[in-house]
Amino acid sequence: MKEQDNNILQEETEPTTVTMDEASVHTDAEVVVADHEGAVLPEEGENADVGADMETYKEMSPMRLVLRRFFRSKLSIVGLVMIVALFLFSFLGPVVYGWFDNVEWIHTAHEDNLTLEEAVDRSYKVYSTQSGVIDAEDLNEETFTILEVVDVENTSGRANGLLPPGEGHILGTDDQGMDVFARLMYGGRISLIIGFIVVILETLIGIVVGGISGYFGGWIDNVLMRIVDIFNCIPTLPILLIASAVIDSWHLAPDVQIYVLMVIITLFGWSGTARLVRGQILGLREQEYITATEVMGFSPWRRIFKHLVPNVMPQLIVSMTLGLGSVILYESSLSYLGLGVQLPKAAWGTMIALAKSREVLIYHMNIWLPAGILIVIAVLGFNFIGDGLRDAMDPKARK
Amino acid sequence: MFKYIVKRLLISIVILLGVSIIIYFLVRLMPADYVDTKFASQLSQGSIDQEDIQRFKDLYGIGDNSFTGILSGYFKWLGNMLRGDFGNSFIHNKPVGQVIGENMWISFAIAVVATILQFLIAIPLGITSATHQYSVRDYVTTVFTMIGIALPTYFFAYIAIRLFSTELGWLPNSGLVNPSKNYADTFGGGMEKLGDIIVHLILPVFVTVILSIGGLMRYTRTNTLEVLNADYIRTARAKGLSEKRVVYKHAFRNTLIPLATLLAGILPSLFGGMMITEQVFSIDGIGNLAYNALRQGDIPFIMGYNMFLAVLTVIGTLFSDIMYSIVDPRVKLQ
Repeated sequence: MKEQDNNILQEETEPTTVTMDEASVHTDAEVVVADHEGAVLPEEGENADVGADMETYKEMSPMRLVLRRFFRSKLSIVGLVMIVALFLFSFLGPVVYGWFDNVEWIHTAHEDNLTLEEAVDRSYKVYSTQSGVIDAEDLNEETFTILEVVDVENTSGRANGLLPPGEGHILGTDDQGMDVFARLMYGGRISLIIGFIVVILETLIGIVVGGISGYFGGWIDNVLMRIVDIFNCIPTLPILLIASAVIDSWHLAPDVQIYVLMVIITLFGWSGTARLVRGQILGLREQEYITATEVMGFSPWRRIFKHLVPNVMPQLIVSMTLGLGSVILYESSLSYLGLGVQLPKAAWGTMIALAKSREVLIYHMNIWLPAGILIVIAVLGFNFIGDGLRDAMDPKARK
Repeated sequence: MFKYIVKRLLISIVILLGVSIIIYFLVRLMPADYVDTKFASQLSQGSIDQEDIQRFKDLYGIGDNSFTGILSGYFKWLGNMLRGDFGNSFIHNKPVGQVIGENMWISFAIAVVATILQFLIAIPLGITSATHQYSVRDYVTTVFTMIGIALPTYFFAYIAIRLFSTELGWLPNSGLVNPSKNYADTFGGGMEKLGDIIVHLILPVFVTVILSIGGLMRYTRTNTLEVLNADYIRTARAKGLSEKRVVYKHAFRNTLIPLATLLAGILPSLFGGMMITEQVFSIDGIGNLAYNALRQGDIPFIMGYNMFLAVLTVIGTLFSDIMYSIVDPRVKLQ
């Protein structure tokens, strides 16, 4: 055990570049297998002349080395498990949850396009404003206003609000009578989708702006970096609140609003990535291989995006993973303040916001506690993975 | 050095101009119109009509919502601001500078106390976790501080309120003073009030500290690890110094270098994050005021608040760059 620890330390201080050196460090450890016949793996075809030296070792691609170092850290595995579990929960969860017979989804007669009579025939329950559930006989007298016509016994409807956990609703229902457990799953979908799309968009903008700025330098760099500085100085949470209030006034459908929300989170979040890319490229463009591409007459465009940007990828992947966590936090904060994802769409932030009422805060912890725990799991998982990736890809640059 | 600072200050002015343009245009597009909301009831009673409202809006300087209208509004705001006049807050009916000045102290107190506690807790944690890398202690501190980073402010605040306030009944859950109490106008009464304020601030400070320890602790840990790998540490060990002396005499000072730059960046981010903390605990600091201003469309106040944060950020970055060159003579400013 002690030996292995030493090995980890040793390996993590090695630079990532040369695969052969790395492999030789591990001759005494586990994985390296003697491979006398096919020392040259297909993807290393060009290195055939070097191949003779490494006959006794199985050559490993940088990718595999990174993966191996990644899986050596316990925290990264924990993070990966958390995120995979979260994905299964949010994307497959609703499907599985529907299989259980005691769970009924909300079907109002209106959604199913039924008339009142048909709904009663099919044993839908009718709720009125006065007395809760109404029998079919009473219905004929029509002396009341109908609040809602809802499918089967065990479903929600406003009369079913704030049920305790158990009996068909694993985590009970919220004040609108919506199943908390189901909303957790749908909220997870939205949070994860928003997280991924925003981070990808931010990275794209960051690559373009940072790449151009770092490669050309001079006044272009100056102008672009001042713009980055401007976006960097804008206080994020307040400006997101203002922007979402503006969007709120456009009265978009909740679906569309989610996309607009992604755009504004991106708009005020890309500056960090641009800075990162620029910083890396400033250093890289002085290297000989870039001079070589210049001599070969490649266009600047090709030099930037084919030869420079791929070399920034490791740092970008790390910052993307860590960024996922913070985007999810921002989205849930906005939703919490009522300016993010709108009802009836589910979001973890809006579920926690119900705790603003003292009654829910004290007596209905089943509504807001699980949502918060899921946010923590999501952010924590992405942070663990990001940290693990950083240590695995770039052992020198641990910040 | 002097030339560098002047250059940076000039750039900062350009940046702040850009920031103010973006914020002003967005704020003007906001739906919550202060005049509409304020006179809605009078309008429905019929005591005033739409024309009066338009006149009020012109009076407040928010009547013309076309592009040119907003543009001229911006230049008017800019001109006033350059003369040191941030306009009158619609809600408070007082100059914005005065409102911020009156209410920032409570936010400032929370931020400063939280920052000091944060440094006092995070630095020792980071150092022990670095000197015992990959030990149980390292994993435990890492996991706990990472959970701190992952917790949303409002969620943790609710847990804290639920636990310490309703479950255990140790601490009050909101506000600054006990509303049912009358404080005597004597020295004793003043002290009593001060004591009450401190008791009310324990939870908000606790929440802020726990949530912000993580970043600083990770930072300290990384730096200490880097320093511990340096040659002069090996020399110190080779001389036969005790491990304690190596870590706390030789390594510790050098781990502090990058932390000095961090101090400057922490304040603006703490102020920004205070918005939600103050809202949950209903404390009337500038964060909570800004949130209400946002809700009601109090344009001068929102502008003042956001510019306040932006200026803090700009000064913070400049300050941290200068600090760095002072603390670490190897770094040259150019």
